[in-house]
Amino acid sequence: MSAISREDVAHLAHLAHIEMSDAELDKMTGELGVIVEAIASVSEVASADVPATTHPIALFNVFREDVVGPTLTAEEALLNAPDSVDTRFRVPAILDGE
Amino acid sequence: MASHIDELVDFDVALEKYDPVLGFEVHVELNTKTKMFSSAPNVFGDTPNTNVTPVCLGLPGVLPVVNKTAVEYAILIGLALNCKIAERCGFARKNYFYPDTPKNFQTSQYDDPIAYDGWLDIELEDGEVFRVEIERAHMEEDAGKLTHMGGATGRIQGADYSLVDYNRSGVPLVEIVTKTIEGAGKRAPELAKAYVAAIREIVKSLDVSDAKMERGNVRCDANVSLMLKGAEKFGTRTETKNVNSLRAVEHAVRFEIERHAAVLNSGAAIVQETRHWHEDTRTTTSGRPKSDADDYRYFPEPDLVPVITTPEWIEELRARLPEPPAARRKRLQAEWGYSDAEFRDVVNAGVTEAIEETIAAGTTAAVARKWWMGEIARLAKNSDVETLDLGVTPATIVELNSLIESKKINDKIARQVLEFVVAGEGTPTEVVEKRSLAVVNDDSALGVAIDAAMEAMPDVVAKVKAGKLQAIGALMGPVMKATRGQADAGRVRELVLEKLGIEG
Repeated sequence: MSAISREDVAHLAHLAHIEMSDAELDKMTGELGVIVEAIASVSEVASADVPATTHPIALFNVFREDVVGPTLTAEEALLNAPDSVDTRFRVPAILDGE
Repeated sequence: MASHIDELVDFDVALEKYDPVLGFEVHVELNTKTKMFSSAPNVFGDTPNTNVTPVCLGLPGVLPVVNKTAVEYAILIGLALNCKIAERCGFARKNYFYPDTPKNFQTSQYDDPIAYDGWLDIELEDGEVFRVEIERAHMEEDAGKLTHMGGATGRIQGADYSLVDYNRSGVPLVEIVTKTIEGAGKRAPELAKAYVAAIREIVKSLDVSDAKMERGNVRCDANVSLMLKGAEKFGTRTETKNVNSLRAVEHAVRFEIERHAAVLNSGAAIVQETRHWHEDTRTTTSGRPKSDADDYRYFPEPDLVPVITTPEWIEELRARLPEPPAARRKRLQAEWGYSDAEFRDVVNAGVTEAIEETIAAGTTAAVARKWWMGEIARLAKNSDVETLDLGVTPATIVELNSLIESKKINDKIARQVLEFVVAGEGTPTEVVEKRSLAVVNDDSALGVAIDAAMEAMPDVVAKVKAGKLQAIGALMGPVMKATRGQADAGRVRELVLEKLGIEG
């Protein structure tokens, strides 16, 4: 029994807007299951007194002063845009896909 | 638009049967010079997509860097809301697909907000104080601005396409979330309005936000549910999004209470969903139901390291806190000697600061109130503008008042002078000179007018002589007429008595 079900993978694929065939779902269920199990094994080593870590390097409070820096021009910002109107990005009707 | 009209139950009837339960999420846009994670300017109203950097656009390979001032503003807000400040907190990615966020996630905070477990005492209009518990205040970034094009309504429904401006993308936000609020009863709509007003007032007094609701600097999502009186379990709630004026917050909560009651009375269930507020019809319509799409798959933001606060840093910030608005109001009322009703009227008229400045400029509290709540408010109402927008300065009031005190003009003339000042004719002194409005108190000119009046009204003179001093009032009309309203009433009385040889 994999740690992750086929339904879990289908759900994640849906959330991530990734279309997957039945064959791909089967394959990914197995592969993700292996990864989840491997990561779960960490908890066998870490005892309760080891705090959870989100960053491997113990840096904190990396701040920037509140000073304005250079910006892109609207033309530069829109360089990769598939479509635009004046200086704004143009995107397809949003509710269409729902 | 909704295809049907919602059934409603009369508010008072609904409240006989149900208790409303509230919750608010208020987003406050900070007024830092730059954005939360990039050095792009945080400016409202510029040409679309000119205040952007690669970070704001979520271009590949960019790295965010936290704005220290934004963190300090978030801590200030937390302290002002009586919150605990986290010793350590971090940022998280909230994942969703929507064109207002180009990187497909919003950088926010998840299970470790920078401020938590606070409270705020909300003063209702009659002075009753209602404590609202604050669950958390966390840092995040604003999204870009969408404009829906085509379609009939300019709304997202039926739009042909949308235009996106990322100038707002990455503007620092603090989201303030209340705990569940019970026990407001029929005052729920009023409490909703007062709560948002209090938050707005606090962030304004802290000077961490421009706090203009019409610009979206302060935005409220209002959660409402009903439970049968005496029930222990909360009902299903709806979340009305982006209610962006104080009046709208009040109306939206009221509307949802009336709508929920009708649904529940019919035996149906409330659908847990987002509701959209429509100011034009003062109704809400169904948005999107809660669904899989609300699975935001939060995870720690790998590109941002934790924020650690020291007690020294927090105390340094605490020392910067201004006097809390509610305490300040209490102090001013005591200093000015206004009654509760007088002071409440002043606050509701939004002229507290104006009165404070006028007093500081050199009038008594009573004089300042007389002008701001009287003639200035009346002129503003006549021109259909806010009192403060009439352009009357504290200096004008001080000058007018000193003209009255030196008996150059009387109260009635002073009101006319103010009108001319507002019309742009100059300072009060200039207006008085240009229009020759100074009170006639040189006795010879007055004397002529009084003699004429006495001659014309022998019966009145007889009454006064007989001791009916109040009959002098009848002489006042002709004297005022002869002097174009510029006579000083007190002086007229003195002169009449003098002429008749009567001791005043």
